[in-house]
Amino acid sequence: MEKQRHNLLTIVHDVAVFLMVMCGIVALATDQAHAAGDTIKVGIITEMTGTFADFGRHIVGGAKAYMKVNGDTVAGKKVELIIRDTTGPVPDVAKRLAQELIVKDKVDFIAGLGFTPNALAIAPLVTEAKKPTIIMNAATSIITTKSPYFARVSMTLPQVTEPMAQWAFKKGYRKIYTLVADYGPGHDAEAAFKKAFTKMGGEVIGESRVPLKSPEFGPYVQRIKDAKPQAVFAFVMPGEMAVAFMKTYNERGLAKSGIKLLSTGDVMDDAVQDALGDHALGVISSHQYSVAHKSQENKNFLAAYSKFDPQRPNFMAVGGYDGMAAIYNVIKQLNGKIDGDKAMAVLKGMKLNSPRGPIQIDAATRDVVQNIYIREVKKVDGHYYNVEFETFNAVKDPGK
Amino acid sequence: MSDTLARDSRHLTFLRARERWKPAEIAFWFALVGVYFVFPTNLIFVSQILITGLFALSLDMILGYAGIVTLGHAAFFGIGAYAAGLMAAHGWHEPLSGLLVAGLAAGIAGYLSSFLLSRGGGDLTRLMITLGIGLLLFEVANSATKYTGGVDGLQGVEVGKLFGVFGFDLYGKTAYAYVLGIAFLLFAFTRSMMHSPYGLALRSMRENQTRALAIGIPISACLTNIYTIAAVIAGIAGALLTQTTQFVGIDVLSFQRSADLLIILIIGGTATLYGGFVGAAVFMLAQDRLSNLNPQYWLFWLGIILIVMTLYLRGGMLGGLSRLADLYRHWRNKERP
Amino acid sequence: MLSLLGVLFDGLAYGALLFVISVGLSITLGLMGFNNLAHGVFAMAGGYLLVTLMSKAGIGFLPALPIVFCIVAVGSLVLERTLYRQLYKSTPLDQVLLSVGIIFIATAGTTFLWGPGQQPVVIPEWLSGQYSVLGLDLSRYRLFLMAIVAGITLALVFGLERTRFGAKIRASVDNQRTAESMGIRVERVFQMTFALGSGLAGLGGALGVDVLGLDPNFAIKYLVYFLLVVVVGGPGSVFGTLLAALLLGVADIAGKYYVPQLGAFIIYAAMIFLLLLFPHGLLGRRKSK
Repeated sequence: MEKQRHNLLTIVHDVAVFLMVMCGIVALATDQAHAAGDTIKVGIITEMTGTFADFGRHIVGGAKAYMKVNGDTVAGKKVELIIRDTTGPVPDVAKRLAQELIVKDKVDFIAGLGFTPNALAIAPLVTEAKKPTIIMNAATSIITTKSPYFARVSMTLPQVTEPMAQWAFKKGYRKIYTLVADYGPGHDAEAAFKKAFTKMGGEVIGESRVPLKSPEFGPYVQRIKDAKPQAVFAFVMPGEMAVAFMKTYNERGLAKSGIKLLSTGDVMDDAVQDALGDHALGVISSHQYSVAHKSQENKNFLAAYSKFDPQRPNFMAVGGYDGMAAIYNVIKQLNGKIDGDKAMAVLKGMKLNSPRGPIQIDAATRDVVQNIYIREVKKVDGHYYNVEFETFNAVKDPGK
Repeated sequence: MSDTLARDSRHLTFLRARERWKPAEIAFWFALVGVYFVFPTNLIFVSQILITGLFALSLDMILGYAGIVTLGHAAFFGIGAYAAGLMAAHGWHEPLSGLLVAGLAAGIAGYLSSFLLSRGGGDLTRLMITLGIGLLLFEVANSATKYTGGVDGLQGVEVGKLFGVFGFDLYGKTAYAYVLGIAFLLFAFTRSMMHSPYGLALRSMRENQTRALAIGIPISACLTNIYTIAAVIAGIAGALLTQTTQFVGIDVLSFQRSADLLIILIIGGTATLYGGFVGAAVFMLAQDRLSNLNPQYWLFWLGIILIVMTLYLRGGMLGGLSRLADLYRHWRNKERP
Repeated sequence: MLSLLGVLFDGLAYGALLFVISVGLSITLGLMGFNNLAHGVFAMAGGYLLVTLMSKAGIGFLPALPIVFCIVAVGSLVLERTLYRQLYKSTPLDQVLLSVGIIFIATAGTTFLWGPGQQPVVIPEWLSGQYSVLGLDLSRYRLFLMAIVAGITLALVFGLERTRFGAKIRASVDNQRTAESMGIRVERVFQMTFALGSGLAGLGGALGVDVLGLDPNFAIKYLVYFLLVVVVGGPGSVFGTLLAALLLGVADIAGKYYVPQLGAFIIYAAMIFLLLLFPHGLLGRRKSK
């Protein structure tokens, strides 16, 4: 009797487990790819949630802004964005999303890619599937060498760092302290700056690497103060790290004691300027884009972007915008028939009139060539802006 | 006298019945084989679910069966992932030996760190020590950029053909078969271990340490053993992820991964063997579906699901199911008094 | 010598910050025994409330603080009634799952309401900058934090040890049944304790935003720090939490100043070391069951 009942119990239990598994499988099945009609699909792989949700917001906002300005139909085809969330630098997820976009959604382009590891992880996939892929943000030099189907419209870290070193030397700075976030891009920025600065004859008198999860900058800034350099070159993650660093920098009175702060534009991100407030006034940075850039393209971009997002766009949004511009160009040139190799041929050497100024995709490296501006943080009409005052024309990535 | 004998044999049949593979279990694994033919475009996703499920199984061994709460289990997953990745990046492309080395490396780490856990203190202390070890390891991988690639990830991972014949392809067919095979082998191993006297000893240890000690169960040796074995399995799961994605990101060591894993296991149900797989499937499917529907705010819906589950489905999916089964039994008992 | 004193001051100040953001958890986790991983949600709520009160309602920084405390405390009662109470006697795992669910919802909710970016916090002029005392540069805001910490510690210790309410809490925690039979309304006491812990979390969040920043991931990002301080200190002990916060603060700052290469490792290594020495926390009580 009892044995019977026990068996029954386990059977009920097992059947239920089985049903659950089947439910899962059915759930998997519900989204089999729908047939492609007269649309061009662009799969955007980026960070929509988590610590880096800002990346996705800007990239997608920028892409949508371009479609707002230029309509969603090119060469008779409707352009459709398919947005996928990586949740952060998680390469296995990025790779899976790319695979699904290719084999299930049958996209014509892949775009987005906020982080280097995500871009590197999908390189073999897009090569195998011959999918033209537009890097809208990730900034490590080597990325474009990893697949012949990568083209980048954003920037590389050495590209924006070198002009900063050159400008600093030209202005008479000789003793500089570097402070970078302790992770790959930070190490790259540190190396690029040091290389360019010492080559001209300057001296880096101290180096600090700050852990990413460090809410406390006090001791690092104190070390800088004790070392008494003429200026500090800083590269930290935009967001709370930049805010915390700037606050400590001012609280400890470094700005007052005449130590100038130099950085790349990601630290002085347009989107966080208002969060930084007065703390950042007078900081010099080098970058490819500022919302304060004066041009008709930039005005159009800002007007379109504000329809999606009440907050200010930044360089990532411009990456999204220009990435879509490149994709539209390819569709136009190929008259709506997308083929991986032909698309790459169109992308190579393509020139675009971007909100940041003129840019070009290098025919040899498929990497972006653009103007780098030196800017200073100023208060204009109650808001804080990076005001450009000097231009390095058509800078190529020196990291290659 | 005969009474005790009868009771003994009843217990024995109970244990034996538990040990037998049940039809539903067999169906479970066959269904997974079926996935290969029915959903050829979802294979990568399902193999990642299986890897996570295997990883959750290893957590189940120490959390569900031995009762050790840990928030640093990703440490072993990551060690395995990096071990396999480093081998493949430095010229050793054969996958199966990569798995072995990865398991070994993780096992050694598990063995060594198990001694830090036997110092006493409550669940919280253990939780924080494991968490601390995990975070330290993450920082080590981050600062050893030269060897691990740091946050940019380990590049140049090239995995050779399986048995020298089957290459890893775009659709993930080889990867799926490979992962399924390894997952099944390790599951069968774990299953038989948990149904052996050793598994019973572990359970009694979780229920009451003092009594377990009194009936002669060597607690600290048991703890070291199970922790090491769990680490080996976690390491192999990590290596599987490396080999199927052919890339290692530093997130394999992240706190997020440990925390997600804990959630997955609780959702699935602890000490059930299948809880990890079920939890992984539910969590990852929910995450995938929700984030496709609503890329920006899907966390909200996931949160709602978790809260509803805690309020109405204690003990996870499988726990809830077994209570349903209990209800059914109760109802049957009433039917036939 | 000067730099040694400076480092010591910075360390104590950092410890004060750690204390402020974690003391609320010491109460919910330590006294009530609820594994409330969602502590950071209340801290985050405090931060966003402060920002909103200051920018939208034009309330000053100082008067906003007690308002934040009260609103978060009262608001937490809603959650206590609807969700937390049902799980007081559940397994820790269920409590963890519930609080993680709350974190997810709060994260998505704040992203929806305020966007994913950093929130600007402007502390008043008189609190920014440094005092120069005998060649030492002391941050004004940090001094202010230290004063608050002293205040909170005294109030809590006095409140828990010397008042009737404190006695009720201790009685309810130690033995719920006996407390009930003595006529203590344990449910009510737990409610008040929960509100107190959450209010303190909110206050801590509000005080912390200037240093830690504020975005929707606050609750997850600093979870490790909250737990670290509370567990090392010994859950439920206010003095223990204070001691742990100060110790870890000084160790972290001194480590980062003198051996910056190891910056990221120090606080975790210190935690593991302390926990191996004191498995029950610095001043933890062994809970008799």
